[in-house]
Amino acid sequence: MKRVLCNGVLCKALAAIAAASVLMLAGTRMAEAATPKDMLVMATLLDEFTTLDPGEIYELVPQEYVANTYDRLIRVDLKDPARFNGDVAQSWAVSADGLTFTFKIRSGLKFHSGNPLTADDVAWSIQRTALLDKGAAAVLAGIGLTKENALQNVKKIDDSTISITTDQKYAPTFVLNVLGSWPASVLDRKLLESHAKGNDFGNEWLKTNEAGSGAYKLVKWTANDSIVLQRFDGYRMPLAMKRIVMRHVPEASSQRLMIENSDIDVARDLSPDDLDTLTKKGTIRVTSVPQATLMYLGLNNKNPNLAKPDVQEAMKWLIDYNGIQHNIVRTTYKVHETFLPEGFLGALNTNPYHQDVAKAKALLAKAGVPNGFTVKMDVRNDSPYGEIAQAVQANLALGGIKVELISSDNKQTLGKYRARQHDIYIGEWSADYIDPHSNAQGFAWNPDNSDKSSFKMLAWRNSWDIPQLTKETQAALEESSTAKRAQRYEAMQKEFLANSPFVIMFQKVSQVAVRPGVTGLEVGPIFDLVSYRDLKKQ
Amino acid sequence: MAAQLTAFQRLQGVLARHAGVRRTWLLVRWLLMLAVTFVGLLGVTFFIGRKIPIDPLLAMLGERASAQAYAAARVALGLDKPLIVQFLIYVRDVLHGNLGMSLLTSNPVIDDIKRVFPATLELATLSTFIGIVIGVPLGVAAAVRHNRWIDHVARFIGLAGSSLPVFWLALMGLLLFYAKLHWVSGPGRIDPLYDGLVDTRTGSLLVDSILAGEWDVFKNALSHIVLPAAILAFYSIAYLSRMTRSFMLEQLSQEYIVTARAMGLSESRVIWRHAFGNIAVPLLTVIALAYSYLLEGSVLTEIVFAWPGIGSYLTGALLNADMNAVLGSTLVIGATFITLNLLTDALYRVFDPRAR
Repeated sequence: MKRVLCNGVLCKALAAIAAASVLMLAGTRMAEAATPKDMLVMATLLDEFTTLDPGEIYELVPQEYVANTYDRLIRVDLKDPARFNGDVAQSWAVSADGLTFTFKIRSGLKFHSGNPLTADDVAWSIQRTALLDKGAAAVLAGIGLTKENALQNVKKIDDSTISITTDQKYAPTFVLNVLGSWPASVLDRKLLESHAKGNDFGNEWLKTNEAGSGAYKLVKWTANDSIVLQRFDGYRMPLAMKRIVMRHVPEASSQRLMIENSDIDVARDLSPDDLDTLTKKGTIRVTSVPQATLMYLGLNNKNPNLAKPDVQEAMKWLIDYNGIQHNIVRTTYKVHETFLPEGFLGALNTNPYHQDVAKAKALLAKAGVPNGFTVKMDVRNDSPYGEIAQAVQANLALGGIKVELISSDNKQTLGKYRARQHDIYIGEWSADYIDPHSNAQGFAWNPDNSDKSSFKMLAWRNSWDIPQLTKETQAALEESSTAKRAQRYEAMQKEFLANSPFVIMFQKVSQVAVRPGVTGLEVGPIFDLVSYRDLKKQ
Repeated sequence: MAAQLTAFQRLQGVLARHAGVRRTWLLVRWLLMLAVTFVGLLGVTFFIGRKIPIDPLLAMLGERASAQAYAAARVALGLDKPLIVQFLIYVRDVLHGNLGMSLLTSNPVIDDIKRVFPATLELATLSTFIGIVIGVPLGVAAAVRHNRWIDHVARFIGLAGSSLPVFWLALMGLLLFYAKLHWVSGPGRIDPLYDGLVDTRTGSLLVDSILAGEWDVFKNALSHIVLPAAILAFYSIAYLSRMTRSFMLEQLSQEYIVTARAMGLSESRVIWRHAFGNIAVPLLTVIALAYSYLLEGSVLTEIVFAWPGIGSYLTGALLNADMNAVLGSTLVIGATFITLNLLTDALYRVFDPRAR
């Protein structure tokens, strides 16, 4: 008997619905079109954005947003990091005692709101960051500006002049680097005061809005989705690109497909494999820029084995730096073993360590652990940290060091690291500004090694008590001669290489994939120095 | 007689009153269960969330903020208070309609949910629709043509739907239909050119663009949603066809089906009216379950398609201990489950006379 599944109205209705579904599946894509010439669409990661307030921001990609929507007093010259260009500052001078920096503000500048930009706005903005005392305040604290002294030390002298006094003498380039970073962005005081609630300096409003005078103004921020920027026509220089759209595309493969299909103009987070393929095809231009971000192993001195200098050195000889770089991160990191990244004043571009198992074993025997030991390593569950941690685990096993990997979310491993509860931590350190002190303070400065210390930098987190190196870091910070300062950092790095609980392995390399015809995206060693001002599309 | 009538009427009144009391009691009991469910849901989520070793201040202040800044933020967020006090404050705020602010987006959680939940709802609804339209008839056909080619196809789809990773399938779908064939648009809900052209009324771009009469926006949004919806629908098709096939096979072997055929009823009437009519209730439960599963948000699909839905929102919030966002999302997902259960119960009465 032949079984008839259906007939009549029901069957026809089902067939019609099925046909409609198939049509829907077949898609309705309109004619494929590239993005318009005056609009640039960039795929990046926007999940770091928790606020848009420059006084509160501390993560990397948000710094890039601030750099392009706000002006600041000065900016470092990417071609020569020892030089600075005025942003809103027309000129500046340092007092004879090296403590007071006076800035003359350009006239005729305006905020996006139309309000005039004055010396009062500049001084208030810097005071505000210190008084808010959020994440960004830590950068200003580097030159002694705190919420206790900001009102006294940052002053408006007249309508076009401000002065900033530091708590002690620092190298002038260091102070200028700090004042050229995002926490010193110039904010529209009048606008923010109109939105202030209590003593919040307009912070609640500015978390989701913008009050700058930079090249681009904010049109819309949709958290974890997109940021739309519009050219500021009142900007002091002409801008070619009318609109910039930053889209959150977390998956690298999706970014690659989108740039190949002309749906985006720039992809910022492609994997080494995708970059290889695109480079071979030759249809997309890939620019490599070394970043001020170092990947390292932190060895906690609270672990008696890891505290031994011979063990620390042995571990440095066990790592196969070139092998890991070549096989796992061939285009996105390069081997770098010193604490100052390439391009920084005083950077030592030398990588003395390579894999030498025999030497490492001899050092382990000398340390009294000839058969190695067992240790735990905390690793964040993101790529490429997991893969690198596994390679490191295999490398250390050659010397008998058995590593147990503990994989967790980044915030969990970081929390444990900050509490000094780790054995080995694999992590990254990014400079806030391109002055050597940003990294020297991180790796080679620990004024108080007690658990109650207020200064929880990397040396502290690894319980590395270094009174002498801390003094040297401080001395280099105060050195006003650039040449002598560079020499001090070189000496410190040599000392650090020979004896430290840090195995610095790689320096990050930013790989920016750009469609043909797009020019002028200036990518610096830190996100705070990425500029959209010269962007053009043919 | 008058006295007897009065007594009867009094009795009737009492019964009627009792029936009213009974109904009221049922309603109160249901509301109490609802309240206990929500408080339990919030309590479990809250205490687990507070116990995971992630410091929410890390996401808020970064790793280099001063100890003073940390201490001040801890007090400002009320994290210095005992856990139970924090929980009671949160429940009080929820009762006042305040889900708090998200640490990650700096927006009120309710505004975030209004943005991300419709994106998931739109995707899940379309996927479930496709799943029902294809999966249910496929399951019926597979049962009726047992061990024939259509049955093999259904079983293969069922197997593939249980074993293929959604992440891989999504990437392959993008590669084929977006990158090679150019049939659909790529990741995201809409092209930047069309973004913001229609006012948000329902949160669904498809519905809002129809309401605004913006057909270009509608077509663009449709071309973006088709592929992720189809990928998720594939899993719904696999699940629904498998379950439908199983239910139908059981019914088709019953004696009443033999009797119906012996009585000379047409085959389509036997299949759709009698056999399918009897599986409607369990099938409804299965569909509701599949739909509610999709409404939780499919995190991996959302990541590949850069789809700003509640799945990725909730995951991001969890990983950063953004408890207001976690609790708010949990509440919404819980409410969705309860609403779907209620709807399913109501539909039982339509399909099954015994439930009336």
